[in-house]
Amino acid sequence: MSTSKRKSSDTRVPIALLVYDHPGVMMKVTGLFARRGFNIASISVGHSEREGFSRITIVAEGDEATIEQIIKQLNKLVDVVKVQHLHPDRSTMREFALVKVDVKDNQARQEIMTLVEIYRGKVIDVTTKTMTVEVSGSEQKVDSFIDLLSEFVHIKEIVRSGLVALLRGEESITLD
Amino acid sequence: MIKGTAIIKNVLKSTGNTTIFGYPGGAIMPFYDEIHEDAEIENILVRHEQSAGHAADGFARASGNLGVCVTTSGPGATNLITALANAYYDSSPVLAFSGQVPTKLIGNDAFQEADMVGSTVALTKQNYQVKHVDDLGRVFKEAIYIATTGRPGPVFIDLPKDVQNGECTLPDPIPDQVEIIGYNPKVFSTGAKLQVKRALDLIMDARYPLVLAGGGVALSHSNKELEEFINLLRIPVVYTMMGKGVLSDDHPYVLGMLGMHGRKRANFAVSEADVILALGTRFSDRITGDLSQFPGYPDAKVIHVDIDTAEIGKNVPADIPIVADLKLAMEEFLRQLKKRLKNPDKNTINSWWYRYIKELKESSGIPDVKIPGKTGRIVPEKVMFELNKVIQPDDIIVTEVGQNQMYAAHYLNLRKPRTWISSGGLGTMGFGFPAAIGAKVAKPGVEIWLCAGDGSFQMNLPELATVKQHDLKINIVVLNNQYLGMVRQWQELFFEKRYACTNLACKDGLYFPDFVKLAEAYGLEGMRVDKPGDVHDALKQSMASDESFLIEIVAEPESNVLPMLSPGGALNSFYSRRRKKRSIYEWYAKLPRNEFEAKDYKVEIVEDDDVNVYFEKEEQ
Ligand SMILES: Cc1ncc(C[n+]2csc(CCOP(=O)(O)OP(=O)(O)O)c2C)c(N)n1
Ligand SMILES: [Mg+2]
Repeated sequence: MSTSKRKSSDTRVPIALLVYDHPGVMMKVTGLFARRGFNIASISVGHSEREGFSRITIVAEGDEATIEQIIKQLNKLVDVVKVQHLHPDRSTMREFALVKVDVKDNQARQEIMTLVEIYRGKVIDVTTKTMTVEVSGSEQKVDSFIDLLSEFVHIKEIVRSGLVALLRGEESITLD
Repeated sequence: MIKGTAIIKNVLKSTGNTTIFGYPGGAIMPFYDEIHEDAEIENILVRHEQSAGHAADGFARASGNLGVCVTTSGPGATNLITALANAYYDSSPVLAFSGQVPTKLIGNDAFQEADMVGSTVALTKQNYQVKHVDDLGRVFKEAIYIATTGRPGPVFIDLPKDVQNGECTLPDPIPDQVEIIGYNPKVFSTGAKLQVKRALDLIMDARYPLVLAGGGVALSHSNKELEEFINLLRIPVVYTMMGKGVLSDDHPYVLGMLGMHGRKRANFAVSEADVILALGTRFSDRITGDLSQFPGYPDAKVIHVDIDTAEIGKNVPADIPIVADLKLAMEEFLRQLKKRLKNPDKNTINSWWYRYIKELKESSGIPDVKIPGKTGRIVPEKVMFELNKVIQPDDIIVTEVGQNQMYAAHYLNLRKPRTWISSGGLGTMGFGFPAAIGAKVAKPGVEIWLCAGDGSFQMNLPELATVKQHDLKINIVVLNNQYLGMVRQWQELFFEKRYACTNLACKDGLYFPDFVKLAEAYGLEGMRVDKPGDVHDALKQSMASDESFLIEIVAEPESNVLPMLSPGGALNSFYSRRRKKRSIYEWYAKLPRNEFEAKDYKVEIVEDDDVNVYFEKEEQ
């Protein structure tokens, strides 16, 4: 999302946040990234299991020291209750995307449907000229689905949810 | 049923915050009406909202308690922003609240609506907009709790007019306790005890261990513990500008301020130390210089204690990080140290400082410059020399920003924590005068000395009215050098003396404005001093005055504050009076590391000669 200071040593790190569901909390979180020149690759937010608290997943970009600073600075925000770096091998991560494509003819329609099936997606809206499909999975899976699709049809619109992630197994990021 | 404004008033009273600094206007009228005939709450009526914020900040720094400021919405509130940023950068506990347009108008660009929550996100520790009167009690309690605990800082509350006027429906509008999940201010991390042990291992084994004390020592009230600690270990201390006063400058182990305009001996000590115990400091660029060359001695180890995890490792990597409330950490240090000192197997201290500390301390003293400078005017060092003679241990020194600040930080001998008030992180010109007002309100019984520059003092000059109206006695010393001196100094060094927009004098060369007349215009007494020999008496006369008194020092226009590190350079690289960078080792000899080297070692090579400096032609 923001584009300052990107380096080759940068990695993408998913970070889970549990925050108070107060007005302005998203502004405080994103404002911190903007002010300190940190990069966000994606961000998603929604209600958590507990009333009054929201769950945010941020994919941050940076080298090790930057990621460490990001986590520490997020922790300092009063409205942020918990922050955790989600190690890819210890967590489950998914992204969801809706893609609207132009469909010229029946052959294209067939090819799209085959691809959607391979990727276990779904066709959710059809008109004579367009098709809208959904797909979910890891970021890479969604990327590759979109790449392939764009090889043979014109993509009109893409909406991606941003990554959401949970720790695997019994570990969790809850209040107690 | 209780009205919103009464809830605010009751919280202020029950938390002991009955003095506030503020300025009224439409959107905050309900609150002002509420306190109008209340004998317990006093509002100091400043003349600009920025001053309300700085005064609250100064109050907080002098007292160690919360400072409170109040403004109306829109322009009143935006005028506060610099002050909030200033308090944030220096970790000062300030509660600020402003009126706001009624909730139903918010977002409509109503008259005097400004998005204060949006505007202060990055400049406050926390901020709130209260949308319902039932939330008022809790929000105020939370705000005070957040501002004053952990790493202190400013908290802002936006108060729509209808919320102030609203009637609370709760039976118990003000909670006794507040709980904020995920906010744990009493920090002493689980591993901290073990880290303290490892730190002591390093310190006691080191040849030249050194304490670097920051503003956190004052904020955490751990100066007593620190003093006992250094006395037991006999190790020297250098301090940051924010840490000035935490230990007495008279203490034989206290070497003074380090950094850009620090003492040479202090920067030398940092350059030579093999273990540095950094306490409550954020390693600002003004004390480290070039990070890749900090601290200086090859493989020097850094132990960093701070309450804020995010400060540890941010600028300087810590070999031993200790995340803790400094008070708790120092208590643990002392407990473990005393135990070791009782144990004959473990009580060896390998430090050699004791051999050289006296000589170091005696080097680079404070000069008594009896003769005027090049143009016949008073050199600022003289003013510091005389101030040192008159200030009492409890007196509070407040500064503006620029050369005036650096002269004071470098030369003044202070003896107690919270007797030094100066804008550190933000370097805000105009902070000093209102902060002095706050300090006086906090400590009515002590003399307050404002050391100001002519540029800075003009930023919040109308506060002369405030001190007159509220009968607040401040000793105002304006070093009138007719320049934005610090910027001019940089222009001299780095822009070939091209003094772009830094000359404050009149076209005909007249020293102006006439600060004495200005004081008189506000019904106060002032005195212009243009001979070095008169400085002392002027200070005495000011002290004897019952009212605020202004001394205008006719100061050398082009004198420079030295020593000065080369910006972005190492801590051991100074500008000399010949504008050439010189190594600290031209003044001080590298410390010996073994008995052989120690045999004929002498600390100082040359005397300091950095007084009343006019840069000379560059050496070839
Ligand atoms: C609000 C603000 N504006 C500008 C500056 C930049 N600045 C730093 S020091 C300085 C000069 C201060 O002049 P003066 O108060 O006369 O002090 P002197 O250095 O002459 O002692 C300036 C302009 C600042 N620190 N703060
Ligand atoms: Mg000046």
